[in-house]
Amino acid sequence: MSVAPAEVDLPRSADNPVSDRPWVTIVWNDPVNLMDYVTYVFQQVFGYPRKKATRLMLDVHHKGKAVVAAGAREAMEHNVEVLHGYGLWATVRQDN
Amino acid sequence: MEPFRPTRGGGARAVLAPAEASLLRNLVGQVMMLIAPDEPHAPRTEEGAERGWDDLDADLDALTEVPEIPDDPVLARLLPDGYRDDPEAAGEFRKYTESSLRSAKQQAAQEMLDTLPADGGRIQLNHDQAHAWLKALNDVRLALGVRLNVTEEFEEQWGRLRPDDPQWAAYEVYAWLGAVQESLVQALA
Repeated sequence: MSVAPAEVDLPRSADNPVSDRPWVTIVWNDPVNLMDYVTYVFQQVFGYPRKKATRLMLDVHHKGKAVVAAGAREAMEHNVEVLHGYGLWATVRQDN
Repeated sequence: MEPFRPTRGGGARAVLAPAEASLLRNLVGQVMMLIAPDEPHAPRTEEGAERGWDDLDADLDALTEVPEIPDDPVLARLLPDGYRDDPEAAGEFRKYTESSLRSAKQQAAQEMLDTLPADGGRIQLNHDQAHAWLKALNDVRLALGVRLNVTEEFEEQWGRLRPDDPQWAAYEVYAWLGAVQESLVQALA
């Protein structure tokens, strides 16, 4: 299945009109999931290096949520399915 | 328990006491029962009765049913919405994914049971089995965490309980499960 791009911010180009705004996968903080577990899941699911996975985990922990991937809606929905399988709470949203 | 240690090939091993194995098997079994799919709803009519507009309504509902998040808070946390602030998208997402999520969780739980001897002892897991344990353990922790209403201040919550409080044992189990899962993550990371 497709792996989310390494960078969350996608460059705008001529053939990427506003109506094709990317979709994002958001992970929400919860009091049960262990920080090391969440970091590990981000590494496994997205292939992120540990440093990036840790940063995203800390964003989730301190800010309540974080965007962990961006791309096509179907890919974001697939991410959510996989993350729910690991017990994280994730949702799909269209980027602003 | 001897905590998890890494094994070659990305797996992990540990040693569990019989009581620990028994407790884990019990908890995983409970989650499996909770996760098992509901019986499909058949339209209700009485034998021989004429179908009226109400029945048509019920039939249409069943056909176009957009499933909602479960009422049980534990199940709701195990099978959360895929969209926030968009009940229609959430319903569609649930319609197409909930049963395979239930299935995946049951599979992880079953795989954990298959690699967990009833009387404990040495546990030897390959990489895939270790992942199944991570997921199944996490589901157990989520279930217990929701039931106990744990917050980020879990230690303080636990600290405020008197040792003779009936919930004390549940808090202790929850803490122990966290330690088990942590040790497995460390062995794999």
